[in-house]
Amino acid sequence: MEHKNAHNHIVGYGTYIFVWLTLVTLTALTVTAASFDLGNFSIVIALGIASIKGLLVLLVFMHLKFDDRIFRIFTFVAFLTLTIFLVLTFSDYLFTR
Amino acid sequence: MNQVAEVTAHSHIHRDDVGAKIGMWLFLFTELILFGGMFLAYAVYRFSYRDYFALASKELDVFIGLINTLVLLTSSLTMAMSITALRKGSKKLSLVFLGSTIFFALLFLVNKYFEWSAKFHHGLFPGSNELLSLSRGEIIYFGLYYVMTGLHALHVIVGFVILAFMFVFVVKGKVNQDYYIMLENSGLYWHLVDIIWIFLFPLFYLIH
Amino acid sequence: MSATTYSYDGNGSNSNHLDYLHSPKKYKGIFNWIFSTDHKKIGILYLISMLTFFAVGVIFGFLMRLELIAPGRTIMDAQTYNQIFTLHGVIMIFLFIIPGLPAVFGNFFLPIMIGARDVAFPRLNLFSWWLFVIGGFVAVTSLFLPGGPADTGWTFYIPYSVRTSTNVIPALMGAFILGFSSILTGLNFITTIHRLRAPGMSWFKMPLFVWSLYATGWVQILATPIVGITLLLVSIERWFGVGIFDPALGGDPILYQHLFWIYSHPAVYIMILPAMGVISEIIPVFARRTIFGYRFIAFSSIAIALVGSLVWAHHMFTVGMSGTAMWLFSLLTFLVAIPSAIKVFNWVATLYKGSIELEPPMLFALAFIFNFSIGGFTGLMQGALSLNIHIHDTYFIVGHFHYVMFGGTGFGIFAALHHWFPKMFGRMYNKRVAKVSWLFMFVGFHLLYFPKFIMGYQGMPRRYYDFLPEFHTYQIISTIGSWILIIGLVIMFINLIVALRKGKAAPSNPWGGATLEWAIPSPPTHENFEKIPVIEKEPYDYSHYELEEEVKN
Repeated sequence: MEHKNAHNHIVGYGTYIFVWLTLVTLTALTVTAASFDLGNFSIVIALGIASIKGLLVLLVFMHLKFDDRIFRIFTFVAFLTLTIFLVLTFSDYLFTR
Repeated sequence: MNQVAEVTAHSHIHRDDVGAKIGMWLFLFTELILFGGMFLAYAVYRFSYRDYFALASKELDVFIGLINTLVLLTSSLTMAMSITALRKGSKKLSLVFLGSTIFFALLFLVNKYFEWSAKFHHGLFPGSNELLSLSRGEIIYFGLYYVMTGLHALHVIVGFVILAFMFVFVVKGKVNQDYYIMLENSGLYWHLVDIIWIFLFPLFYLIH
Repeated sequence: MSATTYSYDGNGSNSNHLDYLHSPKKYKGIFNWIFSTDHKKIGILYLISMLTFFAVGVIFGFLMRLELIAPGRTIMDAQTYNQIFTLHGVIMIFLFIIPGLPAVFGNFFLPIMIGARDVAFPRLNLFSWWLFVIGGFVAVTSLFLPGGPADTGWTFYIPYSVRTSTNVIPALMGAFILGFSSILTGLNFITTIHRLRAPGMSWFKMPLFVWSLYATGWVQILATPIVGITLLLVSIERWFGVGIFDPALGGDPILYQHLFWIYSHPAVYIMILPAMGVISEIIPVFARRTIFGYRFIAFSSIAIALVGSLVWAHHMFTVGMSGTAMWLFSLLTFLVAIPSAIKVFNWVATLYKGSIELEPPMLFALAFIFNFSIGGFTGLMQGALSLNIHIHDTYFIVGHFHYVMFGGTGFGIFAALHHWFPKMFGRMYNKRVAKVSWLFMFVGFHLLYFPKFIMGYQGMPRRYYDFLPEFHTYQIISTIGSWILIIGLVIMFINLIVALRKGKAAPSNPWGGATLEWAIPSPPTHENFEKIPVIEKEPYDYSHYELEEEVKN
């Protein structure tokens, strides 16, 4: 059951450095955003930026973008599971008890 | 009568890099869910103790947190590049990058040590009178802070050890241009440690 | 028949090749076993260690029932009773029912059923077993430490679990280690199924036991870490006084329950899915028919794993959750019954117009269907909010989960044991004695557990050391049932142990099965297959099947 060699793709140094620069920029962005009072939006922005950073690490540094599709599917399932746990737990906390 | 035909099979080679990678990813999912449970607890408590969390978070030093974030992000860069270097046949460069990653891991741990020491010095450690005299929301905040960053730091230490082993393996040629799955898998682990911190940082240090 | 073709009707004599029990030794004596990475040996190691823990769990159950034969103190005080039911639960759940089928029969037969020589990570497999033994050991040490074992119940609810002076941490840490054993097994199986299937074995040619192990593996990987972290957090809270769940420190006991049940509910699907897989293997063999609705059963395994991960708060209907959460979880609980029911319908449909043979494995399998139907149905009843308020934390719940865990998975384990015993050990047991043991177990089981539904409905609380006189008669019946059940268990085990030494040599296919394990010798060789087979037929294909009389002995 050999998968066709998506696995042979070597990511270049340039790509990695570009991603790193993006990550650093996003970090600067999130620190800056935290200095403003955005009320309920603060957490959304903070988590949003963190998610983008996380996605970059997953897709490029961890090679998900270049690997066989099954790895992306698996990872999606894992994150989906966590999300479902969170959402269903909040069905208890968000609504009147 | 049922018969199955035979096929000559290479029954004794047991190298399956794709299988090893699948195994590693599955293991990473367990780590994700392990920390995920704590993030879930954090989410519930932040929801319940919103203002107290903001108050308590002022005790944390954003600057150290930021440095540590940059340290880990850069360590992920060097980790990834060490694999590229090895695959391109540049063993020495690979070792430079890998060594850098190990250095950054150490740097992270040293920062954390100073960070926690400062807190302990102020009497803010688990079970301390100082801590227990705070409001409940703040006690929970620090409970979560110590456990989550503590468990994360433990994973950094483990990563440090794994990468040290990988360094030796690359030097000895056990991990090389044609057989690098161990380094890749170590890298995957390391990136996950980075991702967890990517979320820990804003959630603990950047609450307004 | 040449030595390298695989046929399902040969005697499969092992005379040309050493079987795995006697394969060339890398180490001497016991080390040949406890350092072995052969999946078959590891399966046997699990079998022995697991049955040992099961025996301890049974003894605790026996003692509990003895205490409950009369109101007031009978043989122990209330504190001891609390500790015994805690350990009974911890041992049975974490050391018997959860690992049971995957660790023993999954390890032994998964590679063979897909035409592989071993699992994807054999050394990790051995490590899983070591973790199992160590975890069990850690949990059981609590029996001997000052303060005695935990008295919190296996659920370790906050705040009592951070207040009691009994030895909670060994129990928690034991469970934590066992969790890792479970996770690594699931990881191993998932990778094995993805990577090591023989040529021609597409997903839809895999036996249904393999499908069940696949679904179970995902639950093991995605759910277990939650309880891992939760138990770790409680331990840290006890040890360091960190505020996490303790309400005195601002913690939320309900959050603990959410986190605990997010794993512990899917855990019951880790328990039942492989058992259902075993039944799917046994029914076609002893009805001599292909399974009805293969794809439905395969997909229902995935559906159960999926939906079963969404229902956990049905354990918390009386704690004060939001109305929204309550109806949501109740609805999801009703939904998860559907794929389970599909399996039951399909098994029964397989029996219809089949050529039924009531050999011991079939008896246990049929008992499973009966027991699981009762257990599952009562589960559905509990999922109804209005009824739940009335029966939560009563004996009704105790009846329900024993019907599914013991009547279901327990009987499933015994079914698997009787079905695959000849293959694993190359010997046949006394079938008549096996059937007698089954009868004792079946009768004893229902006498023991059915009254619990009645008592629960009438208000008898669970985990209570004492009870009102109105329940006395039922308690007596239940205790007598436990004695009959234990007699059955003893007969069964003696029968099997005697067969190990004195049983008649078993042919490769004593039951006329059509999956790969029946095409290799009994016991299998070290390598499982001389040459990896190429799969052309679907499993349970009896369309061209002819069984020679002399084989069928």
